[in-house]
Amino acid sequence: MITLLEARNITKRFGGLTALSDVSLTIRKGEVYGLIGPNGAGKTTFFNVLTGAYVPEEGEVVFNGTELPTGKPHEVVAAGIARTFQNIRLFREMTALENVMAGHHIRSRANPFSILLQTRQAKEEERLITERAFELLRYVGIERFADTVSKNLSYGDQRRLEIARALATEPQLLALDEPAAGMNATETGKLRELVQTIRHDGVTVLLIEHDVKLVMGLCDRLAVLDFGRKIAEDVPAVVQKNEAVIAAYLGGHGTHKAGAAA
Amino acid sequence: MNELANAIPWLGKRNPAAARWVVIALALAAPLIAMFFGKTWVRILDFALLYVMLAIGLNLVVGFAGLLDLGYIAFYAVGAYTFAFLASPHFELHLPFWLVLPLGAVFAALAGIILGLPTLRLRGDYLAIVTLGFGEIVRIFLNNLNHPVNITNGPQGINMIDPLVLFGWDISRPIRIGEEITINSLFLYYYVFLAFVVLSIILVQRLQISRVGRAWAAIRDDELAAKAIGINTRNMKLLAFSLGATFGGVAGGLFAAFQGFVSPESFSLMESIAVLTMVVFGGMGNLAGVVVGALVLTALPEILRHVAVPVQQAVFNQVLLDPEVLRMLLLSLAMIFMMLLRPAGLIPAHSRYSRPELVVGVGEAGK
Repeated sequence: MITLLEARNITKRFGGLTALSDVSLTIRKGEVYGLIGPNGAGKTTFFNVLTGAYVPEEGEVVFNGTELPTGKPHEVVAAGIARTFQNIRLFREMTALENVMAGHHIRSRANPFSILLQTRQAKEEERLITERAFELLRYVGIERFADTVSKNLSYGDQRRLEIARALATEPQLLALDEPAAGMNATETGKLRELVQTIRHDGVTVLLIEHDVKLVMGLCDRLAVLDFGRKIAEDVPAVVQKNEAVIAAYLGGHGTHKAGAAA
Repeated sequence: MNELANAIPWLGKRNPAAARWVVIALALAAPLIAMFFGKTWVRILDFALLYVMLAIGLNLVVGFAGLLDLGYIAFYAVGAYTFAFLASPHFELHLPFWLVLPLGAVFAALAGIILGLPTLRLRGDYLAIVTLGFGEIVRIFLNNLNHPVNITNGPQGINMIDPLVLFGWDISRPIRIGEEITINSLFLYYYVFLAFVVLSIILVQRLQISRVGRAWAAIRDDELAAKAIGINTRNMKLLAFSLGATFGGVAGGLFAAFQGFVSPESFSLMESIAVLTMVVFGGMGNLAGVVVGALVLTALPEILRHVAVPVQQAVFNQVLLDPEVLRMLLLSLAMIFMMLLRPAGLIPAHSRYSRPELVVGVGEAGK
């Protein structure tokens, strides 16, 4: 398997608090990689380092063989990593279609001059963007809401729209931050299908999730964070039996032992 | 073209074509109608069109990109003074307007970037305060740069600015057709300004329904999410500031040529606020709304002024309330009532890049 992303010895501190301490992990091309851990374990922090929102104190992220810039989210997107947010962040006043069209920004190149002059390329690009945006809405199954202002969509559909918008940036790695949060069983089931389709279509998926059942069923491999440290990384069946992981989730003395061991 | 129909929503919804023609007819006939009430009213119309241009430019910054700018009039000042410097006896320069006007636009755009760069991280109230300061700094500079070297001629302003000369034809002079008919220059200015306004509307609309317009809307709705989909928010904000300023710069140049005189007091904070009021009153983010807002809020105070002064004289035998005070009073009242009754403005913005006809097509194909 080819390595798509490698995080090397990431350390991130907020003042005196070490949110991530020496975390390394490797995501392979084409897999669904899970990142789990109890509340406050550092999952979202890791996510923000990965997507360029935070600058880590130490370590680096190598993507496709090149080091990712830190603190420049738009360059990370250009490199091929797209993300969604734990608390959905859509462009609320824009329609579903426009949200996805905005997602095409980085993969389109019309500039103010070509737009003001309405050159043939600019018009053609605009038409293509509209078409592709529709395709993506269909892909995630909400094309009938194309003209609905996104804040009026149901919760589950907002999640799907956010995924469609992220896919519009044509990523190689799609990073989903707790996509199943707040979803009921049916919606979670549909989400699982969607993630599998996305993976099947060649996009590697990084999944941060609280829903352990979903992660275990969906991920090829996963890493477990606890107090900012990686305490396990393996296929779900092995991780499930890992004592440190069980201790981290159920509490107990295991946590400290694992911390001392690492 | 849809913008035209949107200007009269109640007719535009039922019969867009009719609404369009009504707007075009009104725009063309407006000065003739105004003439019945006197030449002053044609002059007011000319100024109204300048305010429309300002409102269109400010709307690009505030309405599209969501950057609250309280110093927008500074760009108007930059355009006006550029024109005054390069086409007046002040520096003994008399460059042609087709050179001066674009230069004014370029300088205004640069001023926009100068304002934009230090304020990139600011939003909302904080941005408003800095832009407000910027507007005042520009005005104070204009007021004081007459010493030790006289650049702006200070509070006296610059006089005898060249009028617009189109293809060797001075439009500040009335045209005489035969012996009887003369066309006043106020009319000529009206149609020149109208052409600029129409061009501005077309350009801004193209920007709005484009990759750039969507990026601005994205920044306005959620800056963090905009970054997360790969939008370079720094560049897009600077673009909004500079493009918005461009319209102010052009309007400023036209103002200088039309008025023949500029002085710092035309560019006070109150003017910035007046333009912002027009944008908010008309409907932030909606071109048609902004145009209507600017027209209404320029015309209403003038009407009030022409009514209020004679009324006061008749009742009290003297003018107790200065018309300028009345103007601000009216603007504030208009804002208060607008916020109470229609918080989204006269003609609220709506999403508009999507194509409903395509949605219907897709829906049917799905069945």
